[in-house]
Amino acid sequence: MVIPVRIGILALQGAFIEHEKMLSSLGCEAIQVRKTEHLADIDGLVIPGGESTTIGKLMNEFKLTDRIRDLAGDGLPVFGTCAGLILMAREIVDSDQPRLGLMNIVAHRNAFGRQVDSFETNLEVEGLGPDRFRAVFIRAPYIETVRNGVDVLASVGDKVVLAKEKNLLAAAFHPELTDDSRVHSLFLKEVEKFLANKKKIRAIV
Amino acid sequence: MSEKGTWILKKGLAEMLKGGVIMDVTTPEQAQIAEEAGACAVMALERVPADIRAAGGVARMADPSVIKNIISAVTIPVMAKARIGHFVEAQVLEQLGVDYIDESEVLTPADEEYHINKNSFKVPFVCGARNLGEALRRIGEGAAMIRTKGEPGTGNVVEAVRHMRMVMSEIRRLQNLPEEELMTAAKNMGAPYDLVLQVAEAGRLPVVNFAAGGIATPADAALMMQLGCDGIFVGSGIFKSGDPARRAKAIVAATTHFNDPEILAEVSNGLGEAMPGLEIAGIPEYERMQERGW
Repeated sequence: MVIPVRIGILALQGAFIEHEKMLSSLGCEAIQVRKTEHLADIDGLVIPGGESTTIGKLMNEFKLTDRIRDLAGDGLPVFGTCAGLILMAREIVDSDQPRLGLMNIVAHRNAFGRQVDSFETNLEVEGLGPDRFRAVFIRAPYIETVRNGVDVLASVGDKVVLAKEKNLLAAAFHPELTDDSRVHSLFLKEVEKFLANKKKIRAIV
Repeated sequence: MSEKGTWILKKGLAEMLKGGVIMDVTTPEQAQIAEEAGACAVMALERVPADIRAAGGVARMADPSVIKNIISAVTIPVMAKARIGHFVEAQVLEQLGVDYIDESEVLTPADEEYHINKNSFKVPFVCGARNLGEALRRIGEGAAMIRTKGEPGTGNVVEAVRHMRMVMSEIRRLQNLPEEELMTAAKNMGAPYDLVLQVAEAGRLPVVNFAAGGIATPADAALMMQLGCDGIFVGSGIFKSGDPARRAKAIVAATTHFNDPEILAEVSNGLGEAMPGLEIAGIPEYERMQERGW
């Protein structure tokens, strides 16, 4: 029997169902994570879009922050979109809000402006070939500074909007709101590496 | 090519608010309390619905200075209310940079026949609805988010429950109709046919659907979530209660863990006085806010 890859999706607040649908369509089993016990047996974790202050506070209140840090430190692939990117950043400009602080980046919140400045655009993404990615930016952050060990995968002008550091992937936009699954597939490549390292036999079915 | 104000961006912001609580606030201090408690957005107002109800007279869009001060006090999205049909109030709110406009029955309607043409704005709109037909008419006009009307400012959840159950049961009914009956269904509920087809196919509204109107406790919030809504608006329920910060935090936790009675029992503990409630039957029909709009 084939056991599908199990991806946890932080389901405290925000657009977690869209990630669930995308990952299910790619052959994964999606697990909604609200409490520490939901983190027990996952092969990857998604931190969705939503309000980063809300999600950060709830992560602390329900004791998920330290547990997720440990798992990520142990190599668990983590993929954050929008609010997820902010929560993964070690530094956030002008903010002391609760965070995971996993990645060596400085995030700037609401950096493109308010909702009327939200936009969609075609993005050139490293590793996705010549076809551009239709990226949806909603009150989006960007990565102001990229530090040691972080690879830039896409930018809007000079603003970094997709970056990778070892097992960690962070997007300022919302691939889960489109039909294009290529960024999620990048994340699943990390999941496959993780499974191979852990000698776990699970398949993307 | 870059584009702004598209449908996916309008609808998308509401998707990001899901599973969260949007709180009515009247001052920058209240906005900060709401943000600190974990609100995913705030609604900037001059008065909460309970006070609007008590004051009577004509309720209008808030003074821009109130909205601007609240916008600069928090980092979360800020919504504000325009009167039904008052498209110039909406233009002003768009200019102020609010993130969402609520075309709201809490304010006195400016037009008894026509709602705002929301498609002509870059900023997204949320509108109230008591049933599926009303929800789909608003979406047809461009609303990118729907909420129940409930009966605002009462601390009584009964009308929000009625409206949520109504929308859900009408959706289930549409799903079970054969295709040839859908045009008649659209005609009978006064809803655009293409949206009726979409709902029948998907089994849900094409946009996010929040609960609003009368929610006063963590259990009220969880009740609405279990009935199938995507998130919660709390109007008077927080800042008309004994301990707003604590109650706000508890309602946020209850909205996340709406299916977990253990956590619900814990967060409902010792919150102090809830806002005083009103019996709906004691409100004369002409004073019921839910009857505004069509």
